[in-house]
Amino acid sequence: MLAAQVVLEQGVHVEGINFFTGFCVEGHTHAIRKRESATPKRNNALWVAEQLGIKLHIIDVSSEYKDVVLNPHHGYGANLNPCLDCKGFMVARALAWMRVHHFDFIVTGEVVGQRPKSQRRDTMPVIQAESGAGERLLRPLCAQLLAPTLPEREGWVARERLFDFSGRSRKPQMALAAHYGFSDYAQPAGGCCFLTDAAYSAKLRDLWGARGRRDYELDDIMLLKVGRHLRPRPHFKLIIGREEGENNFLEGYRKQFVHLRPVSHRGPLVLVDGELGGADVELAARVAARFSQGRDAERVELELVRPGETPQRLRVQPLRYEDMPQEWYV
Amino acid sequence: MSRHLLDAQRLLCPLPVIRVQDKVSTLVAGDVLEVLCSDPGAVNDVPAWCRINGHRVLAVQQADGRQIRIVIEVA
Repeated sequence: MLAAQVVLEQGVHVEGINFFTGFCVEGHTHAIRKRESATPKRNNALWVAEQLGIKLHIIDVSSEYKDVVLNPHHGYGANLNPCLDCKGFMVARALAWMRVHHFDFIVTGEVVGQRPKSQRRDTMPVIQAESGAGERLLRPLCAQLLAPTLPEREGWVARERLFDFSGRSRKPQMALAAHYGFSDYAQPAGGCCFLTDAAYSAKLRDLWGARGRRDYELDDIMLLKVGRHLRPRPHFKLIIGREEGENNFLEGYRKQFVHLRPVSHRGPLVLVDGELGGADVELAARVAARFSQGRDAERVELELVRPGETPQRLRVQPLRYEDMPQEWYV
Repeated sequence: MSRHLLDAQRLLCPLPVIRVQDKVSTLVAGDVLEVLCSDPGAVNDVPAWCRINGHRVLAVQQADGRQIRIVIEVA
């Protein structure tokens, strides 16, 4: 937002690009879980574009992004976040868009030293080089600390009206935001990607381990954002809605997944991810019963549905809390 | 002018916006697009995208608290 405003102020025509990777935190859990929340639900990129009065292009890169997640040349950060490869990928995509739409340069909000991997003095040139953007990548918030880029040398922007921010503190950015009259903006240091989240990364690793290959589909990574994930056996996992919003979301996957639903008591829909063999059915049903309102009942009746088959009724004893090892929780 | 329907139910934002953006790029000025969504975020995001791009939102309706219907006139 700030970087765009700095350049807009110099009379440059700016349009925004927002990439959808599938791992975006923004709005997803909020949309799924807090249906009744009074907090306004908004896409921050759209909101920012509207505040700045610029167009925004949202580009779905989720398919191509898979290669970034699965094969990062520069490795991962603290979790499964391939930040340096990710930044290079996005700048490369922005460059391709820029060429097709006859723009002259790319603007990002990067600041030297702000992030431990992708925004270091030694890694920022890597992004320029690997993306192919080279001198057409302008970082207005820290440009005065870097070599002049093409837009500066050509006089498209005045270097002296750019900034020299560095380090992890967001105070200079907050002061600049106040200067522009921006009082509402996205969390300045907030992670915007599920891959930076330890719990989410653990679930993704578990998925790869269980399937014996590092791969995913969009539905996989969406489902990792939702519900409790329990793996009672290596070959199957249970996804259990935690509240009405999550149950509604999981309902949309009924036709794709074997699922269990308590019928004698209220309780969540439980999706089965993996192979549920005959010997596993009772265990899965007992776990599902455990999460129903019949958890203390002697028996709970459930319906087991395999897509395309007649539903099967089961009566099971809910699993006791002490019989559910913590290791089952992914 | 022609009328079109886009089913973006079960998609989480920003996917409904992306689908609208892609669909609108195939339409001409005056066409009407009716979008069905289930993500509550679409109530704000699709109209915001329309405002940014100059398209007119003719209606935003939410039935039984689940299905959201947004009608857009392409500029």
